[in-house]
Amino acid sequence: MSEMTEAPRVAAAPRLPGWAKPLAFALLPVLAALLAGALVLWALGSDPLNYYTYVVERGLLRTRGLQASIVHMIPLLILGTALIVSFRAGLWNLGIDGQYILGTLTAGVVAPKLVAVMPVVPALFLAMLAGAAVGALWALPPALLRAKHGINEVISGLMMSFMATSLAAAIIKLWAKDPASLEPQTSTIPVEQRLPLLPGTDINLGIVIALVVTIAAHLAISRTSAGLKLRILGLNPAAATHAGLPAPRMIVLVLCLSGAIGGFAGAVELTGVLGKMQASWNPAYGFAVVPLVFLARMNGWAMIAFVFAFSVLSIGGASAAVRLGVPQSFTMVLVGFLLLFLALAEWIDQTRREQA
Amino acid sequence: MTYETEIRADPATGPAQPLVALEGVTKRFPGVVANDAVTLEFHPGEVHALLGENGAGKSTLISMLAGVQQPDEGRILIEGVPTKITSPKHALSLGIGTVYQHRMLVPTLTVAENLQMGAPWYRRPDRAAIREKFAESCRAFGIDIDIDRVVGELSLGEQQQVEIIRALWRGGKLLVLDEPTAMLSPAGVRELGRMMGRMRDAGVSIIFITHHLSEAVEFGNRVSVLRSGRVAGAMSADEVAALTPEATRARIVDLMFGAGVEGDTKIERRARRDHGERAFEVVGLSGKSQKGDTGFSDVTFHVQEGEIFGVAGVDGNGQTPLAEAIAGQIPCQGDVLLEGRALGRADVAKRYRLGLRYATDDRLGEGTVASLPISLNMVLKQIGRPPYWRGGVQRDALIDAHAESLFEEFDVRAPSIHTPIGKLSGGNIQKVLLARELSGAAKVVVYNKPTHGLDLKNIETTRRRIRDGADNGIATVLISTDLEEILSLSDRIGVMVRGRMVGVVPNGPDARKRVGAMMAGESEE
Amino acid sequence: MSGLLTETFLAALLSGAVVAAVPLILAGLGEQMSERAGVLNIGLEGMILGGAYAGFAAAVGGWGIWGGFAAGILAGMALAMIMVVFCVRLGINQIIVGIAITLGVTGVTALLHNVYFARTYPRLPAPEKWAIPGLSQIPLIGPGLFDHHLMTYAALLAPFVLMWLYKGSFLGLNLSAAGEKPEALDAAGIDVTRTRTTGALFAGAMAGLGGAYLSEIGSGIFVPAMSHGSGFIAIVLAMLARHRPVWVMGGALLFGLCLSAATALQVGGVEIPTDFIQMLPFAMVMAVLIAFGRKARLPAALGTPYRRGQR
Repeated sequence: MSEMTEAPRVAAAPRLPGWAKPLAFALLPVLAALLAGALVLWALGSDPLNYYTYVVERGLLRTRGLQASIVHMIPLLILGTALIVSFRAGLWNLGIDGQYILGTLTAGVVAPKLVAVMPVVPALFLAMLAGAAVGALWALPPALLRAKHGINEVISGLMMSFMATSLAAAIIKLWAKDPASLEPQTSTIPVEQRLPLLPGTDINLGIVIALVVTIAAHLAISRTSAGLKLRILGLNPAAATHAGLPAPRMIVLVLCLSGAIGGFAGAVELTGVLGKMQASWNPAYGFAVVPLVFLARMNGWAMIAFVFAFSVLSIGGASAAVRLGVPQSFTMVLVGFLLLFLALAEWIDQTRREQA
Repeated sequence: MTYETEIRADPATGPAQPLVALEGVTKRFPGVVANDAVTLEFHPGEVHALLGENGAGKSTLISMLAGVQQPDEGRILIEGVPTKITSPKHALSLGIGTVYQHRMLVPTLTVAENLQMGAPWYRRPDRAAIREKFAESCRAFGIDIDIDRVVGELSLGEQQQVEIIRALWRGGKLLVLDEPTAMLSPAGVRELGRMMGRMRDAGVSIIFITHHLSEAVEFGNRVSVLRSGRVAGAMSADEVAALTPEATRARIVDLMFGAGVEGDTKIERRARRDHGERAFEVVGLSGKSQKGDTGFSDVTFHVQEGEIFGVAGVDGNGQTPLAEAIAGQIPCQGDVLLEGRALGRADVAKRYRLGLRYATDDRLGEGTVASLPISLNMVLKQIGRPPYWRGGVQRDALIDAHAESLFEEFDVRAPSIHTPIGKLSGGNIQKVLLARELSGAAKVVVYNKPTHGLDLKNIETTRRRIRDGADNGIATVLISTDLEEILSLSDRIGVMVRGRMVGVVPNGPDARKRVGAMMAGESEE
Repeated sequence: MSGLLTETFLAALLSGAVVAAVPLILAGLGEQMSERAGVLNIGLEGMILGGAYAGFAAAVGGWGIWGGFAAGILAGMALAMIMVVFCVRLGINQIIVGIAITLGVTGVTALLHNVYFARTYPRLPAPEKWAIPGLSQIPLIGPGLFDHHLMTYAALLAPFVLMWLYKGSFLGLNLSAAGEKPEALDAAGIDVTRTRTTGALFAGAMAGLGGAYLSEIGSGIFVPAMSHGSGFIAIVLAMLARHRPVWVMGGALLFGLCLSAATALQVGGVEIPTDFIQMLPFAMVMAVLIAFGRKARLPAALGTPYRRGQR
């Protein structure tokens, strides 16, 4: 990941305004990806223009579509934040899906009990904390293995993630099944006891929480001493040692924090949208979010923009799947193209600079 | 210089034709001329010792012979025929085998596998043949290594022997040994010498690169000295044969350290002065680098206020881990005392605050974070401390003001203090690094090769900084592989050889000889 | 419980385990070679899926089962070419390109499926099995292990063939050097780029073949995203097995057994959640990592591009 450097605060491009080059480098791959996607659609016998306009209309322009898109952003934003926290430190927490699943499960088990005995706000808050704690716990084994024995956290993270999916299902079936339901799922939180909706919309408070978490993490990473230490660890581990930072302890802390945010994402989605955890629930958000975080170059603000665009694409794409018969998976093709073109653009930029 | 005489050597007396000859070879890199019109020749059945400090251009020379790089000017003749060596493979096919300074064996493979490497994938390795061939070489050169051991488990000396044998098998005519003794024990060096002798007797031409004068005298039939990319002097085989070892040594010392010609007269020694209190002490310090396997043991010295203590020695003799241990970067045994107080296990940040500073030689690798702005790099060792951070929140105005003033004071040339430091030139990065280590209450500063890789102007600036700092009372430790630098700046000089400080001498007219002798392996009684 | 332990049940369990393991064996062996050469192929999942679609489409389109395997191999290699051009040649980040490949292929195959098969859901006839005379008569393991499609036997033999190749030629040696110390290989006169390209392409071919097996033999149909993370499991198997092809097979069979047991128990209507059985292999990997963690190491130059003369 060495080429993932921080965007300099002052661009050195002569004469052009400071923002022109980064903007061009962000937009050109997007255009190229849309074009390549259009080619794929056309080759498969769909009208690309028709598809794109339909997606934009359904995902963005219609009020209901827009609201659905925004609700869809909630878990993606928080998970993206979890990834940014670890990626910025040069650590690859790809066990994010497992942390999410167990966070969701924890909230699904705890929240219905808590709302029965205390007011909604503290009850849901506690449920979210519980979800975060379990997420952190699940990130601990890979963190310790990495810090103590230098074992790549990618493998162990994926293992923990696969395990979590099965473990969550087993726990629901054995111990946390709602007796009133035929399906293996946890008890449902009554709709009026979930996260409140923003007035006049179908959007729940979760979006506010997600935005606060995202922006707070971004500010913490870019504006505080802890954030700077984290970035130095990621940018140049040797410099971290030279500056006297305790690398092993930081590795454990960062991975667990990332896991906590991952678990928190599940808890927020459960208390806001899902209301209950089903044994089969495994949306594999991580796979959607990892590329978005790469595209945003691990920048919180850019991540919000990309997650929004992706949500519009997903919601609009879901409608298009029904109406135009283009499956939703087309969004994945677009993201894949986008990643390739972005990597290519960065390579071209780098080669040009080396030759200059 | 030697160009004329060497090439036009009388064919009747000298060996008819060199196996390999370099004619006016020049190689430039951005900002540096690594090799400047180098002319050398290598004859069969001869050990040609090539002496020179780090950065003298030896590595570039080797990489051109090995086909990794091509000369910008000049030509290489192989048995009299001008040849472009286009690739490592080509070099091998021409009979040139190279043993690099950094190990070129795959540590996870066995000796046999490493020896066999180099065939296309579909070929069948002939294990019996390699075994026999290896046994034969072992006998011929007096080596005893189990061919089935994994290379990573062998000692460095054994690994090197494997590499030499491999290079010999592959090349066969000209064997290039890049500082083969750098990591060896004295016994290992002797063994290597024997091995080289046997190979020479078998008619191989050997390029033996070393820092150690004594080794050059002992093993070389022909000696050349490289300095700043040029051949500073050469002794032909006849010359070496005619002189006694002592006379050879004296002659080489002249060539290496340029006595008389451009030596002592050019050095402006620091004026003698009275120093203050004993500010800094290292007592019986031992430790080991976490990166490599170099270490240092039982090092003791002290530095007074305003004094510059030079640490001379060939690179890789434990200087860097010593500096890292003093800075608090690596664990060590023994004591580091600052103004009489033992620092114990104080971490880097604490030592920095107390005034013990370390200006590393690895400026981009560990000294700075390339993509962070200059301003943050200036406070890299104070992260989270007031006044630059309050309650963990970064205070840009204060950091910027601090950086701005150092920017001026240290004359950093950059678009702004917000420019990522990786975009600066080496000289400017060094200025930022010095600014960071000298700012605030610096009491003791350890410089590690402070001018390495800089251009002339920045070398001057850096040396002036070091001198000025000491004049203002800073107790200074100057680690350098450049003897000129040590001689021109230091008050006293300690010499490190193989992780030990073998002697300390006051700077003065005879210091060059005494230090040179210690570096060459003669201990100061 | 006792009713479950019939011979037919256990034979079916064993047989299912082998069939489930084959795609993992093939892809894992491919990834093993690629990783050994220093190319971490995160796009393996996409290559399996690409092979699954291509193989299935070819078989349905009249190329036959073997034509389908060939198509799967070609598809996998075509995808691996992206990896080669972007990562081995240009030196672009392997993780990013790998994720892009997996995402793109998941999407494209779903689209293709939607256009060509979503209405008809064609199904391939059950594969022709070839019972090994004699051996297949052995009770229990006979029908479990020795009554399979020819490709299954080929996959089970593949680790031994590779083992023989690694030992009996310079292949393994050159791959190791390219992954551990590329400059040493280069200095020995062997082209690092070409060696790494070989590894990456082989991974693509094997993943594609594994995918084709998955759709043609394993299930007889193509379903979007049918690879279900087997690419990632194969990556982990390759990492843990290091240089030993037979270990890849052992690990794959273990996974296969767990998958098969889960299905079988479900069919048998057992009360224990099958999820525990599905968890087992991953838990075992973690246990291995914790117990032998110090020894688990990856090739030194894994994931880093090579350029001559650069240190």
